[in-house]
Amino acid sequence: MDDGFFAEFDSLERLQRALERLRDHGYRALDAFTPFPVEAIDAMLGTRPRAVTRIGGLAAAAGIAVGYGLQWWLNAVVYPLDVGGRPPHSPLAFVPITFETAVLFCGIATFAAVLGLSGLPRLWRPAFEIEGFERASLDRFWLFVAADDRCFEPRRTHELLLGLGSLRIATIGVHAP
Amino acid sequence: MRRWIRGEPSDAELDAQLLSPVWTPASRLWQLAFLATGAGVFVLVVLVTWAMIEGIGLFGNDIPAAWAMPIINFVWWIGIGHAGTFISAILLLLEQRWRTSINRFAEAMTLFAVMQAALFPILHLGRPWFFYWLVPYPSTLEVWPQFKSALPWDAAAIFTYFTVSLLFWYLGLLPDLAAVRDRAPGRVRRRIYAVFALGWTGSSHAWRRFRIGYGLLAGIATPLVISVHSIVSSDFATTLLPGWHSTLFPPYFVAGAILSGFAMVVMLLVPARAVFRMHHVVTDDHLDAMAKMILVTGWIVLYAYLVETYLAWYGANEFEAYQTLVARPFGPYAWVTWLTVVCNTCVIQVLWWRRARRSVALLWIVAVLVNVGMWCERFVLIDVSLMRGFMVSKWETYVPTLFDWGILVGTLAFFSLLFLVFLRFVPFVPVYECKALVREEAEEARRG
Repeated sequence: MDDGFFAEFDSLERLQRALERLRDHGYRALDAFTPFPVEAIDAMLGTRPRAVTRIGGLAAAAGIAVGYGLQWWLNAVVYPLDVGGRPPHSPLAFVPITFETAVLFCGIATFAAVLGLSGLPRLWRPAFEIEGFERASLDRFWLFVAADDRCFEPRRTHELLLGLGSLRIATIGVHAP
Repeated sequence: MRRWIRGEPSDAELDAQLLSPVWTPASRLWQLAFLATGAGVFVLVVLVTWAMIEGIGLFGNDIPAAWAMPIINFVWWIGIGHAGTFISAILLLLEQRWRTSINRFAEAMTLFAVMQAALFPILHLGRPWFFYWLVPYPSTLEVWPQFKSALPWDAAAIFTYFTVSLLFWYLGLLPDLAAVRDRAPGRVRRRIYAVFALGWTGSSHAWRRFRIGYGLLAGIATPLVISVHSIVSSDFATTLLPGWHSTLFPPYFVAGAILSGFAMVVMLLVPARAVFRMHHVVTDDHLDAMAKMILVTGWIVLYAYLVETYLAWYGANEFEAYQTLVARPFGPYAWVTWLTVVCNTCVIQVLWWRRARRSVALLWIVAVLVNVGMWCERFVLIDVSLMRGFMVSKWETYVPTLFDWGILVGTLAFFSLLFLVFLRFVPFVPVYECKALVREEAEEARRG
């Protein structure tokens, strides 16, 4: 997954144009590294990930079940306590905590999903050794073409990237032509 | 076309300016403030330890005013946190651009305020080391919490609020921690920030999940923030005490919370902006927008005061009527009631004038007065109500002790200390959001 070509661009416009051209050439295993989120790139790379919202939704449902179930089980079954003649199972009084557990579960699951699905935390990866790659979080734009892309052919891909105006091309796990 | 970031700075300029407080040596002013607040925190630790050893007889609380300063401070602090979530979550969903420069700042305020708030109910338990009895854990006693009481609701709400706020804040912080990792001078500093950045690369696959996840967290934080102060108000509203037993309480508390929170953001932002010279990212327009929010929420609070008074009269319940129409405005703490009214409803009216909203000093004074007013409001709501219950023979006047004031001042110091540390070690303006915003605004300017 880490193997391939990394190409640096000095502007977002150049990066976007390069991505478009690579897509036109049939490349699909692409990624871009930008200092801020760019919606247009999401559209270019295709596929809307639904996993994060699904995981969040499922966790919220689990939170409702756990929150309500726990209150019912403890106050109506295990330890019913008569306070002012109120019924041990009081659905309305159980609403606030049920809501809070749903939010809590959903929040934790969403956070974990965003990180986990993106392969984080991972403190080091080969790309960090590329000179200048650190500017991907500051003011430069990097493009990645994975070596396992079906269109990938070191010499041709390299030439294509050069032609797209990249400032430098670094390779990881592939021999540079 | 209004622009929220002045002068169209380049990415490199934004990095240099917004990230550099993290590695610039602390100024003399910062060091002095750190020492002063550190001393305050020391006092707080001493007082809390003393309360643990001696017991809560040190507080001025007594029957009938069993819920006194600790609960006032709890309600006040937790309310202050609400504006942070409002700015970072609700304004995000409403696509308000002016939240960009201030959302991380405001949300840090939320976290630190909730930490202060949480201290009080735990101390107030009397035997704070048993606080975990609020959590349903399997114990050999086979005694479980009663979930029909509003107090376990409180515990659940505060714990959830703190956790979700922390995750939301930290997620939004990741890209900027990565930027510090990549930009800061010195190997050690880079290593430390590298750990906290969790290996963020700015990959567009990660950004996409980030955006979805961040939006989802904002979506759940929005009802959450409304629920927290509603639940806090249920502590009061579910009792029968005159002055507390009212369905008005949840919206009334939430509006007051957001009012005091916005005032606190202004109180903190004005000096921070001046010290770090961030006038082109945190512009007068930002302060103007917050002043308008103070005015709006202030009017909601004013409306709640009117409804409360009207209901006391229209409800034809002599105890409620006495509480609201006699005990509060003319009783033992009448001056606190009138101070509340002056600060929260009269003083804020100057913000109708653009001149006042743009005068930093005046706005700051209004913000301080609003916070004083909101504290006074909690005092009147909680304590004057308790002092004037159903039984005349139980009427007593509550007087806070020096210990009560010491703990309040201690939490103010602790809050300020946490804030100083935050300003020093975390980029407090979201840099990546500013970069995106500069481009968006430039694009719009080109299109006309």
